[in-house]
Amino acid sequence: MQNKKTSKSVKTPQASKAAGTQKKKVKAESKLNELQSSLERKTVVMQGNEAVAYGALDAGVNFFAGYPITPSTEVAEILSAELPKRGGTFIQMEDEIASICAITGASLAGAKALTATSGPGFSLMQEGMGFAKITETPCVVVNVMRNGPSTGMPTSPGQGEIQQSRWGSHGDAPAIVLYPDSVKESYELTIRAVNLSEKYRTCVVLLLDEVIGHMRESVTLPDMEKVRVISRIKPTVPPNWYKHYDENQKYLSPLASFGDGYRFHVTGLTHDSHGFPTGKPTESAEMNDRLRRKITHNIRDLVQIESHQMEDAEIAIFAAGITARSAKAAIAMARYRGIKVGLLRPLTIWPFPDDAVRKMLRNVETVIVPELNQGQFSREIIRLTKDKSEGDVVLIKKVNGQLITPNDILRRIKEVI
Amino acid sequence: MANIPQKIVHQYLRHDKKFPHVWCAGCSNGIILGAVIRAIASMNLNRDDIVMVSGIGCSSRMPVYIDVDTLHTLHGRAIAFATGIKLHKPHMKVIVVTGDGDCTAIGGNHLIHAARRNIDLSVILVNNNIYGMTGGQCSPTTPHAAISTTSPYGNIEPDFNICNLALGAGASFVARTTAFHVTEMQNYIQASLEHPGFSLIEVISACPVIYGRLNKKGGAPQMMTEFRDNSVPLTAVEKLPKEQVEGKIVRGILRKDIRPEYTAEYAALQAYAQKLGGESDGKEL
Repeated sequence: MQNKKTSKSVKTPQASKAAGTQKKKVKAESKLNELQSSLERKTVVMQGNEAVAYGALDAGVNFFAGYPITPSTEVAEILSAELPKRGGTFIQMEDEIASICAITGASLAGAKALTATSGPGFSLMQEGMGFAKITETPCVVVNVMRNGPSTGMPTSPGQGEIQQSRWGSHGDAPAIVLYPDSVKESYELTIRAVNLSEKYRTCVVLLLDEVIGHMRESVTLPDMEKVRVISRIKPTVPPNWYKHYDENQKYLSPLASFGDGYRFHVTGLTHDSHGFPTGKPTESAEMNDRLRRKITHNIRDLVQIESHQMEDAEIAIFAAGITARSAKAAIAMARYRGIKVGLLRPLTIWPFPDDAVRKMLRNVETVIVPELNQGQFSREIIRLTKDKSEGDVVLIKKVNGQLITPNDILRRIKEVI
Repeated sequence: MANIPQKIVHQYLRHDKKFPHVWCAGCSNGIILGAVIRAIASMNLNRDDIVMVSGIGCSSRMPVYIDVDTLHTLHGRAIAFATGIKLHKPHMKVIVVTGDGDCTAIGGNHLIHAARRNIDLSVILVNNNIYGMTGGQCSPTTPHAAISTTSPYGNIEPDFNICNLALGAGASFVARTTAFHVTEMQNYIQASLEHPGFSLIEVISACPVIYGRLNKKGGAPQMMTEFRDNSVPLTAVEKLPKEQVEGKIVRGILRKDIRPEYTAEYAALQAYAQKLGGESDGKEL
């Protein structure tokens, strides 16, 4: 038997604490809190950026360092208000370089850490993201993508960082990159990004379209108890036995925090399994291979893909994020005209869903790839098109700050049949 | 393991992993490492509560030798990483070891903003007037007219006065000493670890193999002698005639102020937000 008060106290500790300390106000306030908590947990209208912020909090993020940049700023603004209330830390750093470094430092001290930025800041963070990857430090970078190189069009959508999110940092390390297509999915994939960063001990990127970041949609958030939160495995061995990168742990090794008494060393230099710098070819090869293996051996866990009306499709559309929503509308219009079109939409864009794309290529005549760039997803599709002529991959490119509309896609569908 | 000498310094080193060290013969970095360890030991700090962070460069290789939690980061970014650690675990003593190029060229932005915030980090800035690790290029503290591999005709740029930079940015503890003055250095490091706020100690150090050779300073002993003869303590500066002070290294604690420290301020902000929390919760939705 649980009365309402105790079940609520699980969800919103602050509310119940306030209710407990001020007994007189209990009645009036608990009603208000109940309403608010039901609003929180049932259906609300929110922006993609808000969904990211609340997803981060629900995933257990307790450290945010960032720098203001359109169109991601709401994430920082909300977390600057919410984190201190929950005992977490918010800091506005002097630039994006400092932001990625601060969250990496905090993560090494045991925090669940996240930052949010947009194109110019994402470029500045690349070196730090490489550091988080080579040192296998969990952290999440949210990149709300805007249009164009350099300053570009800060409030217009673009999908220019599909390849940068994979290859942007120097050296060669694999990446985990997630890409939602709605406000609700922004919430879900933020939680997933944090979970994957903790599980795989790496820097995970969440790409968000500018229009999703700023679009308001109604969202039904799950009850907190139903949110699956993953946290890093802590070592149980005595400090003498601890290896910061334990090769015997099936690529997912326990992670100690600074201050836990393990007294370990972390360096961006190529290192051995204890974390000390090494120049030995065998150890260097092992380290780089380990970074690759933990991704390639867990493809099934990492790759998420939505297959929409693909069963009988003769034409497939491959699109992600906001462009996939235009594609879905175009598919409805095409199917009304009797054209069999389907959509393959990756929620995980890196590692790239090679198997799903190969299967798609086997089953359809033509693949249409609409994207808000000069052709970044289509590179991957063409890479996987071995036994077909190149004409089978049809691009729709748009880089003028406008979205690809359902009609743009429908027109191309009509051209290829 | 049986032959490890049991001086204080040896109790804090990572014997089985990291020796011999990477530094050239005559380099001051070993002396500074010793002073850091003796300062830690004399304070009886729990070594599990110490984290040492560095950037990239000769002096930044220092943490790997000490048996505490250690983090060797990106070029210029040590203070930014240290800020994250300190904020998440405010009870930890965070020591940053950095060089003149690391901290005042590529990392200058982080230095001034950490000083402005007055976050409790102890920054030991090893100033050898040159980029040693990359083979002797000009740094922001290479003196005017000095020779480096990227100023073969003499440096035309004026050099940074690092302590003035830190003072201007609002650091609450600023000190300068040299690698010759070992006890003084140890005392300053200890004082900075005890100081609640951002502290910066500039240690003028000798790079005889590159800077010394290019600028005909002689070997390590000659450079150390120069540090002894060419520096004056702050306490003597006012008493000495101007011509005896000019061009000399002024050693001493240049500032020691108590002003609000960042992590303490943040803890107060958290308490305030939590007090308001129940009322404003959900409003943003």
